[in-house]
Amino acid sequence: MIPAAFDYYRPKDMAGVLALLQEHGDDARVMAGGHSLIPMMKLRMAEVPHLIDLQDVPGMSEISIGDGKIRIGALVTQHDIIAHEGLAQSAPILREAAMQIADPQVRYMGTVGGNLANGDPGNDMPGLMQCLDAQFTLVGADGERSVAAREFYEAAYMTARADDEVLTEITLATPNGGYAYEKQKRKIGDYATAAAAVQITRDGSRCASASIAMTNLSDVPVWSQSAGSALVDTEVGSDAIKAAVAYMLDEIDPTEDNRGPVAFKRHVAGAILTRAIQRAWSRA
Amino acid sequence: MPEKLHIKLNVNGKSEEFLAEPRELLIHTLRERLRVTGPHIGCDSSHCGACTVTLNGKSVKSCTMFIGQANGAEITTIEGLGTPDALHVLQESFREHHGLQCGFCTPGMITRAAKLLEENPSPSEEEVRFGMAGNICRCTGYQNIVKSILAAASEMNAAKEAAE
Amino acid sequence: MKDDVELTREDRVANLKGMGCARKRVEDARFTQGKGNYIDDINLPGMLHGDFVRSPYAHAKVLSINTEAAMALDGVIAVLTAKDLEPLSLHWMPTLAGDKQMVLADGKVLFQGQEVAFVVATDRYIAADAVELVEVEYEDLPVITDPFEALKSDIVLREDLAGQTSGAHGPRKHHNHIFTWEVGDEEATNQVMDEAEVVAEETMYYHRTHPCPLETCGSVASMDKVNGKLTVYGTFQAPHVVRTVASLLSGIEEHNIRVISPDIGGGFGNKVGVYPGYVCSIVASIVTGVPVKWVEDRMENLMSTAFARDYWMKGRISATKDGKITGLHCHVTADHGAFDACADPTKFPAGFMSVCTGSYDIPVAYLGVDGVYTNKAPGGVSYRCSFRVTEAVYFIERMIEVLAIELNMDAAELRRINFIGKDQFPYQSALGWEYDSGDYHTAWDKALKAVDYEGLRREQSERVTAFKQGETRSLMGIGLAFFTEIVGAGPVKNCDILGMGMFDSCEIRIHPTGSAIARLGTISQGQGHATTFAQILASEIGIPADSITIEEGDTDTAPYGLGTYGSRSTPVAGAATAMAGRKIRAKAQMIAAYLLEVHDDDVEFDVDRFVVKGAPERFKTMAEVAYAAYNQAIPGIEPGLEAVSYYDPPNMTYPFGAYVCVMDIDVDTGVPTIRRFYALDDCGTRINPMVIEGQIHGGLTEALAVALGQEIAYDDMGNVKTGTLMDFFLPTAWEVPNYETDHTVTPSPHHPIGAKGVGESPHVGGVPCFSNAVMDAFRAFGLRHSNMPHDHWRIWQTAQDLGLHK
Repeated sequence: MIPAAFDYYRPKDMAGVLALLQEHGDDARVMAGGHSLIPMMKLRMAEVPHLIDLQDVPGMSEISIGDGKIRIGALVTQHDIIAHEGLAQSAPILREAAMQIADPQVRYMGTVGGNLANGDPGNDMPGLMQCLDAQFTLVGADGERSVAAREFYEAAYMTARADDEVLTEITLATPNGGYAYEKQKRKIGDYATAAAAVQITRDGSRCASASIAMTNLSDVPVWSQSAGSALVDTEVGSDAIKAAVAYMLDEIDPTEDNRGPVAFKRHVAGAILTRAIQRAWSRA
Repeated sequence: MPEKLHIKLNVNGKSEEFLAEPRELLIHTLRERLRVTGPHIGCDSSHCGACTVTLNGKSVKSCTMFIGQANGAEITTIEGLGTPDALHVLQESFREHHGLQCGFCTPGMITRAAKLLEENPSPSEEEVRFGMAGNICRCTGYQNIVKSILAAASEMNAAKEAAE
Repeated sequence: MKDDVELTREDRVANLKGMGCARKRVEDARFTQGKGNYIDDINLPGMLHGDFVRSPYAHAKVLSINTEAAMALDGVIAVLTAKDLEPLSLHWMPTLAGDKQMVLADGKVLFQGQEVAFVVATDRYIAADAVELVEVEYEDLPVITDPFEALKSDIVLREDLAGQTSGAHGPRKHHNHIFTWEVGDEEATNQVMDEAEVVAEETMYYHRTHPCPLETCGSVASMDKVNGKLTVYGTFQAPHVVRTVASLLSGIEEHNIRVISPDIGGGFGNKVGVYPGYVCSIVASIVTGVPVKWVEDRMENLMSTAFARDYWMKGRISATKDGKITGLHCHVTADHGAFDACADPTKFPAGFMSVCTGSYDIPVAYLGVDGVYTNKAPGGVSYRCSFRVTEAVYFIERMIEVLAIELNMDAAELRRINFIGKDQFPYQSALGWEYDSGDYHTAWDKALKAVDYEGLRREQSERVTAFKQGETRSLMGIGLAFFTEIVGAGPVKNCDILGMGMFDSCEIRIHPTGSAIARLGTISQGQGHATTFAQILASEIGIPADSITIEEGDTDTAPYGLGTYGSRSTPVAGAATAMAGRKIRAKAQMIAAYLLEVHDDDVEFDVDRFVVKGAPERFKTMAEVAYAAYNQAIPGIEPGLEAVSYYDPPNMTYPFGAYVCVMDIDVDTGVPTIRRFYALDDCGTRINPMVIEGQIHGGLTEALAVALGQEIAYDDMGNVKTGTLMDFFLPTAWEVPNYETDHTVTPSPHHPIGAKGVGESPHVGGVPCFSNAVMDAFRAFGLRHSNMPHDHWRIWQTAQDLGLHK
């Protein structure tokens, strides 16, 4: 598997990146770790005449935590997420999810920004960031703008990012309460048959807030407000969970693939979400 | 024809400098250009790990990296882990515990295991299995690979203690 | 020799590192240092690279091929199509099964991924670019991927065979039919069924899968036009057969062809066949006069080189009310794909499927197999098994389970009362095999005791109760399997490949200083021959294994052999090694007697020396004898110490084993978890327990993969749905359990050292064991049978069909 020829650039700053994007338009693609793009180029299913490697662009590889906020540079890798002790304290769901992405080697290269910007319905980070209500910073020729994760995904591989923009940073409020990232897959390295991100807070014996998103069950990640609301003010017993699951099942739209038929995926989605809610609640 | 890139690498302690097409994959640079043939091509799609090398301190699959991305990097392959007169503990341990059969996955397997033990010198069996899950072996069923790595970890820790 | 005298006999035995010793492998030094030499490591001066244009269609006419743009690309040397090969009569090639196969598309394509044109360029990047520039115009044709539909369809897949009512294996019933193969007495079997107290019936599909070794297939051909010599390096499990085939196809005399199998990165049957890539690299080298390399990528490997299984099996088994089996009937519809390229001995178009009576004393049986063409890739190799033996063992081990359900009997007990008894060996099976030796009851009892079988059944029944009461959503399965393999093909009287009898060979040269080299007709793909054959020889001739080099895979130096597959290396080449060693010993004994000045009969061999009978202090070591063979003029004895043996086995060998798997199944997600796996193997005499254990771990893991998800799946258009390692299931260390291994030893009575072969047993026994565990979990809820692969969704579907999701 050999890719077609292309021009390669490794600009030293964002201005250089943006200039190249301006110059080459649709013919240019930015790349972080490359573990989504390179296999597609090797199969000659992605044609990229101008490839812009972001690795030398400064200021995109940091994780900072403070003032109730977490900032994650787009070039932070899954491995960085797992290894970051501060993050493990303040947003442990990120480590739990990152551990379930791909395999060790791929996690050294795969970045949060790449996982989010690619728009692949199989990627784990988009649903997770919707659950956490993250904001994405996009930088383009006209400056910087912020888009909510929950507004970012339009269709498979289609996002709110314009072709000449770069996703540079993810910002989220430090999450509170219990969490769970639950994923069923066929083996290490596979995409999810179904995956659920749940973040939940408790007020005494009752649920104070809940945010729920699922992955690879539609052409975009599915954050369901009503599923979360179904848990609020309940003791998260089986009826409440069933209600939350029912709302989620209303919103997902899985398709048949090698992982199985639609009925199976819907059933597994319910089972996985139930377990995620139970685990998150037990940690709340 | 795209402009060739001026590449500088350090492979197993040796500096290399050459011009390369941007689309050249690191695995081909190593195997064809530099004749470092320890890393192998098994799947071509970053699933099997036979092409694993250590690049700037990370275990990476060299079939899924363009040469431009690796420009300036320090790379260690199986050939750089030990010498015939001074094998790496893992190289000894894989032989001792029958951690290989056809040998095709072995260079990537040992290279990855070396990095794993560097990051986690005393892993549990579960941590070894999880940390090695990016490398596929078709022959051994992994049981003796896991055994080899755990034994190497014990030996390396014992040697470290003895030195201290 | 003073030091030697002080060694005890035990020390001398240990020094040899002979049979029974867990000798560390000599191969490992190069593999652990990255110095293996695999096909893609072969790099000859001026070497060109070949790459294929492949068909995106499963069935289409090829209207035109335009190579102009590709040829115009700088660095492209040639683009070969069927038209270029036709004058050489190489556009088609014979298959191992007596059919023929297109090397390059000749007017039409018959499966997705079929080879259409071969591009030769100065490097692999240019070759890949040129592949994109070859313009092929197709007209798509209706696609058949179902063998039952193929037998009814008007669509003719193989127009080249039109009108041929008979094939390599007898009459053809339909234009998409290949052969019917029948063994046993159908009339008597039917009569037994009609009269039986109990008959159980089941239809099962053993899905199409693929051996998928980590290294793909490839070759480097180098035609030396000055000397007229062709050298072909390649991933060949049978290098001598490749040489003979290459000679017959190319017209180059066999002595001018040298075939070399370098290190092979796993084979598992995938590297037995002859592929268009090999042929094209040879033709391209002959045409260009420079070496040409072809190495396929993973997708090409999965889409076009030999698959395994794809058997639809319909069975009936009859028994008395108390469980004594009275008869077995089996019919197979075998999907062979577009060309019949099965790799079986010539007279066995369904391999040794007729061992499907298993480990049981079944008085009457019948097997019928119909081979069928479809628009799928050709192949049908034995993936880590002797020819079609996994299919046979899976079939009988499922039929036993189904019969147990029908009889409402415990499946372990049903097996026990039907086993062939220890005193019945050699046992003549109803389908014509003579089982050499076995002690099934002892093995079975040992296995059941080791796992506390009754305790497991109690636990399982408690789990069923808890499930029914809503206390758990997890079920527990106990998978049982008892298998008898048939390996070591085989006796020349009935086993051949392309007319070559399936003997094997060993040639030994003892050097003057007492070390040795032995060359064999087999080739290791990870089995560790360089280690274990030296052990056999060490025990036979008294030279330490560490002083013996084993060499395989070069047809210019190795004696003719049929190669390594079907667990035949130890049964056949291992026997040849022992026999050649005995020839060495016989001559050495005469030399020793001369040196000791006694009659030949007055010395005897003892570990590493010849000793004067009754006077153990008078001896000559094998090293001393070796030296004498080269420096003394001994009356009546030729100088030197060499021997060669070609071993024609009198029978197959029949390894067996007892496996138990304990599995938990998550009913809501379909996820199985293997809690325990116990494997007892009896492979006769054990040469190297470390290597045996490694083979068992590996074979079980490949069995796990096949049983639980590994599949080559096609859609209705004939598109391969599982062409990458994302979808084709190869488990990682994370998905694989630890295995418990155990053994009994029942030597083969006809093998010189009693060994039976072991590499494939764990796969043969493992597939039904894992599968039976899945199905056993649902037995209490009425499941009789569900087809493999038991991936998450199919397990979930089983639970769904049984109404277990409320």
